[in-house]
Amino acid sequence: MSDSFEKISQQLERRHRKSARLKYMSMGALALAASFLLIFFADMLNKGLPAFQQAMVNIEVNYSEEASRSGRAAIDRDLSDIVSRSVVRVIPLDMRNDPSLLGTTEQRWVLASGEVDQYLKGNLVRLDDEDKEIIDRLVESGKVEMQFNTGFFSRGDSKMPELAGIMSAVVGTVMTMIVTLAIAFPIGVMTAVYLEEFAADNRLTQLIEININNLAAIPSILFGLLGLAIFINFFGVPRSTPLVGGMTLALMTLPVIIISTRTALRSVPDSIRHAAFGVGCSRWQVVRDHVLPLAMPGIMTGSIIGLAQAMGETAPLIIVGMVAFIPDVTASFTDAATVMPAQVFTWANEPDRAFVEKTAGGIIVLLAVLISLNASAVMLRKKFERRW
Amino acid sequence: MKSMNSQAPEKVDQQTPSVGQPCTHNDSASHDLSIRVRDLNLWYGNEQALSNINIDLFQNNVTALIGPSGCGKSTFLRCLNRMNDLIPSVSITGLVEMDGRDVNAAKMDEVALRKRVGMVFQKPNPFPKSIYENVAYAPRMHDLVSRKPEEDELVEKALRDAGLWEEVKDKLQQPGTSLSGGQQQRLCIARAIAVQPDVILMDEPTSALDPISTATIEDLMDRLKSQFTIITVTHNMQQAARVSDYTAFFHLGEIIEYNDTKSIFSNPATQKAEDYITGRYG
Repeated sequence: MSDSFEKISQQLERRHRKSARLKYMSMGALALAASFLLIFFADMLNKGLPAFQQAMVNIEVNYSEEASRSGRAAIDRDLSDIVSRSVVRVIPLDMRNDPSLLGTTEQRWVLASGEVDQYLKGNLVRLDDEDKEIIDRLVESGKVEMQFNTGFFSRGDSKMPELAGIMSAVVGTVMTMIVTLAIAFPIGVMTAVYLEEFAADNRLTQLIEININNLAAIPSILFGLLGLAIFINFFGVPRSTPLVGGMTLALMTLPVIIISTRTALRSVPDSIRHAAFGVGCSRWQVVRDHVLPLAMPGIMTGSIIGLAQAMGETAPLIIVGMVAFIPDVTASFTDAATVMPAQVFTWANEPDRAFVEKTAGGIIVLLAVLISLNASAVMLRKKFERRW
Repeated sequence: MKSMNSQAPEKVDQQTPSVGQPCTHNDSASHDLSIRVRDLNLWYGNEQALSNINIDLFQNNVTALIGPSGCGKSTFLRCLNRMNDLIPSVSITGLVEMDGRDVNAAKMDEVALRKRVGMVFQKPNPFPKSIYENVAYAPRMHDLVSRKPEEDELVEKALRDAGLWEEVKDKLQQPGTSLSGGQQQRLCIARAIAVQPDVILMDEPTSALDPISTATIEDLMDRLKSQFTIITVTHNMQQAARVSDYTAFFHLGEIIEYNDTKSIFSNPATQKAEDYITGRYG
């Protein structure tokens, strides 16, 4: 005899309870993960957004005879602690470059010192009461105000927080990534094409495959040691440069590109290969004209994600000396450079309170770049995805 | 009833030159040899899939390969343009001869072979490119056309021959995959004939299609055989009877019977073929 509805529903109730419990637990896990992310972003934005604002002060610059020897003479003595030292330093230089300035005066906006900046942002500072009074007065009369910190995006690193910018790190990152991509993309794609489309499936290729998969799981700092030992010590590539950094990161990115390319090639249906062989394509023509175009979105997505991973990498670059103080924007692939995560690392080690917001600001820029890279990977996939 | 024991081995195992030649009375059919197959054996790893295949395939005819699933007819078809090369575990012995040359010989380039022996697959598999590009790609690759007008002309001719021109002439730049299943299969036929092969292999070309598309393709085969030698695998007995001039009946990797279609369907020489044709198994 079959069970009555009552008996079945008794048992069902237990099952429903159990599935509901599991559902709430997984929802809880998601909520926890989301809240961590939210807290992280909120904290970063809270700490980092002030870095995009910078106190500026409107002063009268007096290009006197004395000022050409010491910049301090050019500005009101009361303001000497309020204006950034960098301003004082460049006044004689400006005068030397443009002698016609001598004897003139000029009203202009200049950088306020880091202390003033921090004071206006409500942080603890070492200014004395007299200076604070001056600042308050200047704020009231509109001579001191917060402006968008364009310098943060256009200048290199500095020991003066009001002068420190992320530009040299951005340029260093771009150059390093160019080297990484130029090396890892062609080698990775060709390796994957060979393994997937040409090589026979034997012991040797299986061994290679296992090793490539292992390579993807090796701690990145080991790649740094390899870069140091091989590229710098053996081949004599100059240290701290985008060249050696890019080569080291290329080693790290290679397995990611190879694995994602193989996956993309494997997802191209065999019917396309058969069709191409059927009309008399050679193996290379099949790959070049039919398989690679179909696999390209997957390959590009994998490469971009590998590149984003490399971009966030710091450990191997520390080993090859890319955590350097780089005040000027790097000009060539063989000049010393730093990268964004290394810049964040450098700023995080600065004792000055003002560098806390620089650190967070640097992280925001890095995250923005990474998120837009990943978004472009998704968009590329969507755009070129083809059905067959 | 004829005994299969006396007939079948005789047909297959004989080494005389007459083996594989159907005793035909079909006067309309041409008798120029296209492909000669002698003692062909094929293994997938250790498993023998074809044994002692001997058959002569004639030009400008439709030859149907029939038989139950797994009997080796598709495997045999793929021997004719060396598509089995793509499967690493396959080993082949014996002779497949076209124009007096062994197609499996080391110095025979499979690309050259496939230029002369085209193929249409079971499932329509147009390239994920435009209709035009689907047809123009291979001729361009083989340097059959050099200028754009020539190429346009060839594409139009191939599509006309495949009976598809009227349906697609206004949308040549649309993707080939946007067509219906039957149209896609005719596009694949156009793609095959654009290369101007001698032989077209068709591996169950209508099994994924509806009855109307199937009828269209069958008509097409009938018209195309004046230009090409067509060898088709089919599961559909009526189709073999309708479209083919010769029929080869495969069973367990052997050719049990090969004859002109009329004879094999009206008066099969072997018990096995009779049982299969009358639907007792298969």
